[in-house]
Amino acid sequence: MSPTGTEDDVAAIAKRWKNKRGSLIMALHGLQDRYGYVPREAAMSLGEQMDVPLARIYEVLTFYNYFRLKSPGKHVVSVCMGTACYLKGAPQLLSRASEELGIKPGETTADGEFHLQVVRCVGCCGLAPVVTVNAKLLAKVTGESLEAHLLTPTTAEDGKA
Amino acid sequence: MARLTVADLEARAPAEAQVSDQPKIKVGMSTCGMAAGAEPVFVALEAELRRRSVEWRVARTGCAGMCSMEPLVEVTLPGQPAVMFGDVTPEFARHLAAACAAGKPLPVEKRVPGIADLARIAGEPVATEGGPRQYRIVMRNCGVIDPEEIDEYLDRGGYKALARVLSTMTPEQVIEELKVSGLRGRGGAGFPAWLKWSLTRESAGEEHLIVCNGDEGDPGAYMDRSVLEGDPHAVLEGMIIGGYVIGAKSGFFYIRAEYPLAIQRIEKALRQARASGLLGNNILGTDFSFNVEIRLGAGAFVCGEETALIASVEGKRGTPSPRPPYPSVKGLWGQPTMINNVESLANLTQIVLRGGEWFSGIGMGKSTGTKVFAVTGKVKHAGLVEIPMGMTLREVVEGICGGSASGSPIKAVQTGGPSGGLIPARELDTPITYEHLQKLGSYMGSGGMIVMDETDDLVELSRFYLGFCVDESCGKCAPCRIGGTQMLRLLDRIAAGKGNEGDIATIRRLAHAMQKASLCGLGQGAPNPVLSALRYFEPEFRGRLTSSGN
Repeated sequence: MSPTGTEDDVAAIAKRWKNKRGSLIMALHGLQDRYGYVPREAAMSLGEQMDVPLARIYEVLTFYNYFRLKSPGKHVVSVCMGTACYLKGAPQLLSRASEELGIKPGETTADGEFHLQVVRCVGCCGLAPVVTVNAKLLAKVTGESLEAHLLTPTTAEDGKA
Repeated sequence: MARLTVADLEARAPAEAQVSDQPKIKVGMSTCGMAAGAEPVFVALEAELRRRSVEWRVARTGCAGMCSMEPLVEVTLPGQPAVMFGDVTPEFARHLAAACAAGKPLPVEKRVPGIADLARIAGEPVATEGGPRQYRIVMRNCGVIDPEEIDEYLDRGGYKALARVLSTMTPEQVIEELKVSGLRGRGGAGFPAWLKWSLTRESAGEEHLIVCNGDEGDPGAYMDRSVLEGDPHAVLEGMIIGGYVIGAKSGFFYIRAEYPLAIQRIEKALRQARASGLLGNNILGTDFSFNVEIRLGAGAFVCGEETALIASVEGKRGTPSPRPPYPSVKGLWGQPTMINNVESLANLTQIVLRGGEWFSGIGMGKSTGTKVFAVTGKVKHAGLVEIPMGMTLREVVEGICGGSASGSPIKAVQTGGPSGGLIPARELDTPITYEHLQKLGSYMGSGGMIVMDETDDLVELSRFYLGFCVDESCGKCAPCRIGGTQMLRLLDRIAAGKGNEGDIATIRRLAHAMQKASLCGLGQGAPNPVLSALRYFEPEFRGRLTSSGN
């Protein structure tokens, strides 16, 4: 179990969603909201408490892009690659971020500070290109403004991308 | 809050009738506004008013659609028309609040010209200063009310349609009204809404279910997010009416996890509706009971497809299954299920209140009513527009959105997202209807409209769209899984300058196979962006071939 979460958290999530139809994905969202990803131990414990086989849980976890199986690190940097952002230079922003952090999309820096990822569309196309750092949405991002945010990321709302 | 009854709602006076002697100040606080810095603007306005000991409430509101000009602040002085300010900074906000507090004239800078009244008038055409007219039905409350206050929705006639339906209409009468309205599904395909409602109602099952599809997966489209954030009760009201009509006791909102604010606003709307007797047992004191729960998506484009969406709401992998049986016969847990798009449901209350005939009078031919588009890309005023069907693409892109942002001429417009197609600039005078767009090789889609200028490389763009569908393919059927990958390899080769004459023909053959043989809309639609690029811009592809002399 991750140091930030406890068995009680899993039990609370399992209790909330057990016996509600179609609730497995909601329970997994609960785990990811709590831990920032879905730790294997938590998934196992959830499965036992909700009477769902582990294979079924991983079948779902690996299908959906949103779920992470590894700890993403402290700051999650998500470069939006929706069409509007793509046209307005998101690919260049992604390589800039990649260069700056020294990691490829989907990777976490060795010190666990940053996780870089591509997201499909955050639905903020009128302000493209858009990058989110944790829960904070940055609008009309330039290479310079992105760099500034990577130097001083907001820590207020950690853990939620 | 006390439980409401039909009589309470009928007796409620509209907001227009309430006179205020205080200035009204509103800040657009949807995702776009927040990203552009609406929060510090809001704080600055409140602080400045407090500093001057003025106790006016600064209101939060949804997205007015002018996303590229966010943060937006609207000020209405008593007895005067509303004035909208764009690109507001905290500093300007203080200046604005100071002027209001001192009773001085409002600043002339930062006014957003001519569109202040845009969102004000529900269901009435509004001019964009002599230009083409937007027409707001779906977005009638967006940017007008505080979406977190049910009272503001009620003041705008909210839940009156539900009251009318429950007290005076049979389900068949609602379906008949829908039939007269000509409303077609706004998720993209344009299936007649009344038929879907009627088919689901008539299907036998242990229970009937309704789902609101808020899994807006098209990258470059965010109409549904804005409506969910800006007017959540309107969607909910449409859903409750839908539940009554098909005989459902439960409904589900299926919303993308990437839209946290929309989820939060719907959660709040559900709580308020329950507390007011608009949801739950014995709604509005009648014997109709209906409950709604939220289920979140988790980042899979294929879940916009009905059968995949059903699997996902059930908490499983979002893999599609062959149709028939259609969800209207066998959907969630094998029961008859009606899936409606957010925008379709948001039209409902006005069709009930104003009548199907009124609705069918708007639009062109078999495409009635309005459509909301997210116009983005290389356009001057990126944002949301709601237009009557039949308006031309040019009127939208150039008339309402100001044309090219860069000065480089517009080359093409893309509608329908990864399943849609490119429309070249020379076809911009085409009216926007389901039929006209299909004739051009594109389709209506959910409302993404991406504008490209002469600097954009359409071979790259084709790769972008196809790459998206290849990534999002669930892998269940071979035409989509293998066809998409092979086509992408051919496009990679062409983009790298290593393609040959035969590659273009092979792409067309693969496209044909994918369109005919894929299991669901994702695979069937995936070749469309490539095919339409080839249809109108083949020379760009040929110019990249190794033997490009021919």
